[in-house]
Amino acid sequence: MSEEMMEGEVVKKFMYINRRAPYGSIYALESLEVVLIGAAFDQDVSLAFVDDGVFELKKDQETAGIDMKNFSPTYRALEMYDVEKLYVSKESMDARGLTVDDLIVDVEVKTDAELADLFDDQDVIFSF
Amino acid sequence: MSILHTVNKSPFEKSSLDSCLKYAKGGSAVLLYEDGVYAALKGTNMEDKVKSAAQGIKFYVLGPDLKARGIADDRVIDGIAIVDYAGFVDLSVESDKVSAWV
Repeated sequence: MSEEMMEGEVVKKFMYINRRAPYGSIYALESLEVVLIGAAFDQDVSLAFVDDGVFELKKDQETAGIDMKNFSPTYRALEMYDVEKLYVSKESMDARGLTVDDLIVDVEVKTDAELADLFDDQDVIFSF
Repeated sequence: MSILHTVNKSPFEKSSLDSCLKYAKGGSAVLLYEDGVYAALKGTNMEDKVKSAAQGIKFYVLGPDLKARGIADDRVIDGIAIVDYAGFVDLSVESDKVSAWV
């Protein structure tokens, strides 16, 4: 557990694990909402995209035809909230035929073993 | 008697497509929509399974759901027909019954 004090506030390491595709369920969108809340409290936020979660970051989403809000541009705005640690699972990308060129944001590609170490290093884990 | 099978779950997350393909007989049709459209994507670890099933079953995929998820037409496995909502309705009407693998 690493909790550092900054200006009297406790800063914890928050990891958001995203495992769902967008639009088919509300998980992906709800995760984003919670991430932005965490960021507003100046916490040390990381996001991991594993399993179908990697589809959340697919470029060129156009949702007019299904009457839903395209929330994928929000991933590009995370930077402005100092959320800059985005990780994707290499194995999950490979299984789905995706490469980093398919993604709307810059990410760090990690193996699942590396992600496991990263998860170990967190104070709090949220799963979506 | 032909059945239109519909699958709306990701093949990477749920077994809906697997179940569907176990029971879909030759000459029937499978329509992929919502998160089911990921089964139509080229280069995945599901591609071989879908291609081999497509030898005897006609596959369709809902275009608006592909577009929403950022999947361009050229990323769809060859031979899978892209349809719109009107096409979905036509398929339902032309089939004797619909089996929804939700």
